[in-house]
Amino acid sequence: MNRFLRSRLFWISLLVVAVAAVLPLWLSGYILGVLTAAYYFGVFAMSWDLLFGFAGEVNFGPTFLIGLGAYAAAILDNQWGLPIPVCVLAGAVAALVGGLLLAVPALRLRGPYFGLVTLVAVLLLQNAIVIFAGVTGGEIGMTVPDVLSIDPGVNYWYALAFLVVCAILLFGLSRSAIGLILQASGQDAIEAQALGFNVTKHKLAAFCVSAVFSGVAGAMLIFYMGTASVDTVVDIGIGVQVIIAAVFGGRRTILGAVLGAVFLIVASELLRPLGQLNTFVVAAVALAVILFFPDGVLGYALRRGERE
Amino acid sequence: MIGLQILIDGFAISALYGLAAVGFTLMFGVSGVLNLAHGGIMVVAALIAWLAAGDLGLGVYAGTLVGILAGLAAAYATYLVVVRPIQRSRAIPREETEIFVLTGTLLWGIMIQVGMAYLFTDNPVSTRALIGGVINIAGVRTPRNEILIAVLCWVVIGLLWLLVNRTRAGKTLLAASMNPRALTLLGFDLSRIYLLVWTIYGVLAGVAGVLLASFLGVSTANAGQLTASAFSIVVLGGLGSVSGSLVAAYLVGYLETITAYLIAPTLRPIPALLLLVLVIYLRPQGLLGRR
Repeated sequence: MNRFLRSRLFWISLLVVAVAAVLPLWLSGYILGVLTAAYYFGVFAMSWDLLFGFAGEVNFGPTFLIGLGAYAAAILDNQWGLPIPVCVLAGAVAALVGGLLLAVPALRLRGPYFGLVTLVAVLLLQNAIVIFAGVTGGEIGMTVPDVLSIDPGVNYWYALAFLVVCAILLFGLSRSAIGLILQASGQDAIEAQALGFNVTKHKLAAFCVSAVFSGVAGAMLIFYMGTASVDTVVDIGIGVQVIIAAVFGGRRTILGAVLGAVFLIVASELLRPLGQLNTFVVAAVALAVILFFPDGVLGYALRRGERE
Repeated sequence: MIGLQILIDGFAISALYGLAAVGFTLMFGVSGVLNLAHGGIMVVAALIAWLAAGDLGLGVYAGTLVGILAGLAAAYATYLVVVRPIQRSRAIPREETEIFVLTGTLLWGIMIQVGMAYLFTDNPVSTRALIGGVINIAGVRTPRNEILIAVLCWVVIGLLWLLVNRTRAGKTLLAASMNPRALTLLGFDLSRIYLLVWTIYGVLAGVAGVLLASFLGVSTANAGQLTASAFSIVVLGGLGSVSGSLVAAYLVGYLETITAYLIAPTLRPIPALLLLVLVIYLRPQGLLGRR
């Protein structure tokens, strides 16, 4: 049954990717731009879900990792004009170091305490960027001379390909033995340890994986947008959106996070005529989902599929 | 001279921080809820007080009272619309209630913030001073209002202490924070205790919000910052420890004031954040927290 469901999920995903891949033939550059941003957001949300849904670590500051990756890449490109792949790699390394820094307290602290450390990490990063304005551009942000492409269609395909690769890797990881051990150590660390699994090692690995994906996605995003600024990659509001996307789509589903991210970005774009109230409506919808379908959209669908 | 100035300004700021954090920590101690809509509730109280005192023409005192009631109403709404349904939901596993309450109240806080910004814009507002005039303390000109606010904060905190330690209802609150199951076995209704703690919380957040509007001014854009500072003060002092929160409030308040006066106003929040990280690493239960 489960296997069948998994394969059905697989066929649906394949269909969705196929449809998404041919969209640039019909859609305008503007809509493609919205979707491109949404895809990078999807990667943010997926890597958050790996840490929260599986390892059970409440990370309130996904933008700490995203911002480190984005700013490391942007500074290298802006100051020394290094080629894009090198910058993205540097972003991944910076985020990895940040992930390890976060992992140290996470292995000692529980629940709300760790959540607060991650929140403080974001605030400190934000302050550091503003203080070292000479290198980072401060509150205004900085432009990145190199961009991935100036054609919206090509940018869209980059984002889609990146999303698909990340989704396959993260989803595969979550369904592998490692994913199960992570889930066990997230839900009951003591019991998982008693069963002979090295909880510390697995959680550390989860932090590294989540950090690298966040960092690379952050770096890609700035090379798509051509600028790096606190408001777009570090602000706590962005982190909150990542969390909402993942919870809305369904915890512990990985793929749900993408659904949530696309919904969130597209919905706030569609609701733009409402002006200020669009955030209100999006937050209200997300709250309703949390209250009435705590498993999220995809989690709910999967559960119904299981019952049939 | 500047030392005395720091001493006075820091005292008033810290008293306000303490008042804002006390309700937050009491709520966590009794019902295990971390309310991330905290700043939003304070902002509601402040803005309604401003509206009632100014545009509705009720005057400062009646307006302040209306503001406090608005804070209370916002707290009740938070409990009834968001927190209670999550606590009672069967679809949410027990061990995940905490993260759902966090996410739910966070979303609710955003709704409050954006909703208030829509109605009131995000311009900072400040209510008229409760009393006018300036007095001279050893050469430092201090607004009387600032002193009154510090005193009011401590009066409210004192009343809270009396309520918790000297009344029957307060003692059930203490008992609920220690062992809720035993309390239900003794025939107490936990849901009524939760309602009581939300009432106390609402009044405290309302008073803090209204006084903040009178002292520094409040804008809807502050909601997140207010929640974050209450959260960090509470964690610094030890989650659930009221006296710890007060100590932490003074530490943070003075650190911020000293940084702002002696180093640079832009660096204001940084030393407190670093202290917080240090304490969390070295002593995760906070300064006065119990394990």
